Amino acid sequence: MESVLGRYRNLTILVGVLFLQVLGLAVQVKRSADAENTRLIRIWAVDTITPFERVLVWAQNSGNNLWHNYFYLRGVRAENRQLKEQIEQMRLEQVRLSEDAEQAHRLQSLLAFKEQTIAKTVPAQVIGSSGSDLSRSIYIDKGSNDGVGLDMAVITAGGIVGKVLRVYPSTALVLMINDQTSGVGVMLEKSRLQGVLRGTANGTVVLERVMSDEQVMPGETVLSSGGDQIFPKGLPVGTVTKVSPGREMFLNIQVKPAADLSRLEEVLVITEKQEQNPVAETAGRVRAADILAQRLPSVPDKPAVDAATSVASGNKVVAPASATSSGAKSLAPIQSTAKPETNQHGVTPSVAKVPSSSTATAPGGTKAVSTGGAQVVPADAPSAASQTPKKTAPKAAASEPTLNSDSANAAGAITAPPAPKATPTQPKPTVPQPNPQPPATEDDPH
Amino acid sequence: MTLTSVPITYTSGEQIEVYRFSIPVTIGVPLLALFLQTFLPRRIFSIFDLPLLVTIFFAMARRNPISGLLTGAAIGLAQDMLGPYPIGIYGIAKTVVGYGASSLGAKLDVENAGARFLVTLGFYLVHAAVYFTVARGMVNMTLNWSWSHGIVAGLANAALGVGLYFLLDNFKQRT
Repeated sequence: MESVLGRYRNLTILVGVLFLQVLGLAVQVKRSADAENTRLIRIWAVDTITPFERVLVWAQNSGNNLWHNYFYLRGVRAENRQLKEQIEQMRLEQVRLSEDAEQAHRLQSLLAFKEQTIAKTVPAQVIGSSGSDLSRSIYIDKGSNDGVGLDMAVITAGGIVGKVLRVYPSTALVLMINDQTSGVGVMLEKSRLQGVLRGTANGTVVLERVMSDEQVMPGETVLSSGGDQIFPKGLPVGTVTKVSPGREMFLNIQVKPAADLSRLEEVLVITEKQEQNPVAETAGRVRAADILAQRLPSVPDKPAVDAATSVASGNKVVAPASATSSGAKSLAPIQSTAKPETNQHGVTPSVAKVPSSSTATAPGGTKAVSTGGAQVVPADAPSAASQTPKKTAPKAAASEPTLNSDSANAAGAITAPPAPKATPTQPKPTVPQPNPQPPATEDDPH
Repeated sequence: MTLTSVPITYTSGEQIEVYRFSIPVTIGVPLLALFLQTFLPRRIFSIFDLPLLVTIFFAMARRNPISGLLTGAAIGLAQDMLGPYPIGIYGIAKTVVGYGASSLGAKLDVENAGARFLVTLGFYLVHAAVYFTVARGMVNMTLNWSWSHGIVAGLANAALGVGLYFLLDNFKQRT
């Protein structure tokens, strides 16, 4: 026996070492089925490597910051201008989308749907990877001390990145969505088809479990479906790049991840999600008309004296764009004075003071200016035009054009035509509003 | 290292030199490989397996199967500790590679670039095959094998390995 062992000593040791490792693996597989605990040996290994990585990442970032902040300022102005233009476009888009979202919220609240929202996130920096081509995972510089826990979603502004697989005191291991063992519940944005997103051996991402008789087009956006209980519903995941018939009855759909998984630097860990009934927001929203009014060119400000002169001469008031919070005004005849009030948007509208005219608080906390012939009311008080004038200047109200807010705001500032019957030489007496109308609500059709 | 040389059995009585390394190199080079593997940009370096290349180099230079398999096991287990999967998958794969490379190194002259390239390519594929077998067979992981990716990665690693080996040759010490 000894001679046999001696003769095959190398092979015996090889078998022994392999056996020990296989045994260790078996124990881990058995334990991982029961409960997932981080091995102490892993903590030691990670704690050995990550401090060096932190230092290097810090040095790298410091160098980059120095370069970008002090030396690389060429073209910043042009970029800034371009970004501002982009912001304008995105604001308009945001307004449109928020309208849609509010409508969806109203419908969901009617149906008592639950929705999951991101309540709290922790920003983290990527400091390393798992160090293997066969597994795709990254290390971030936040761990259990920062509130990071197992199975938390990790995202970027672009899209989802992965989930937290292991947590250490000051670091965490994130399994990315292009790892072969990862799986994310997703759906297609237009067709609402649901499937499972998986990584492949070469690092690409495929959408599985979509039947071959379904219509999926390249370019379609893939969103998280929320079915995996890790990623909140609706987060961008990627874009379909290629669709081909797959095995069995399923399509082979290749997806390009929305987040650039190979160039991750900063990520967000969703540490807290909230499940709540959607509430239709009714206050404080910004209308597309308001945004447009702010952005479109308007008549420049005029001194108050000029305005008064114009009133005296031609019953015409040019409303300065900056005179109200929204930059646009409707016309309504009001002849009363009141203190400034904050309107329903939380903004105190400023009013150009005109001699021989009076101001009044319109229903809804907005203000109107009486100009003798043409009056100006901020767009926030849609009902003022039709209701208030009846008691103060019925003739003017009946004859003057009252612009709705959309058209008014689109113009930015409105020059009202002279009222045919009201004249500046015969001003109406100032009468306080005896019975002010109730504030305008969001249900008003504008 | 007590062995000074081993005979080339299939040829003549020509002897192949056995090398040893200083302790700082023995410990520092694998650690540096592991560190670089985790730190270097993923887009470029994810295809390379520096710990595997270091394992092959040490095993071939020492030409001692026991030393080779232990080196492979240690480097593989360390790599496992930094990865997301159970500890031991890389350990087993690199143990096999360490044993094979050192056994091969004892029988072949692997000093020239061509032989090193082919040996590295072969052991990369062996490593991947063992890894997939263990991962799928024992851990029940859903991994798929891609021949194209495997070949490309093997060629890339072999190319890098040739350069790396010549660099590491400077640390060799004759016994």
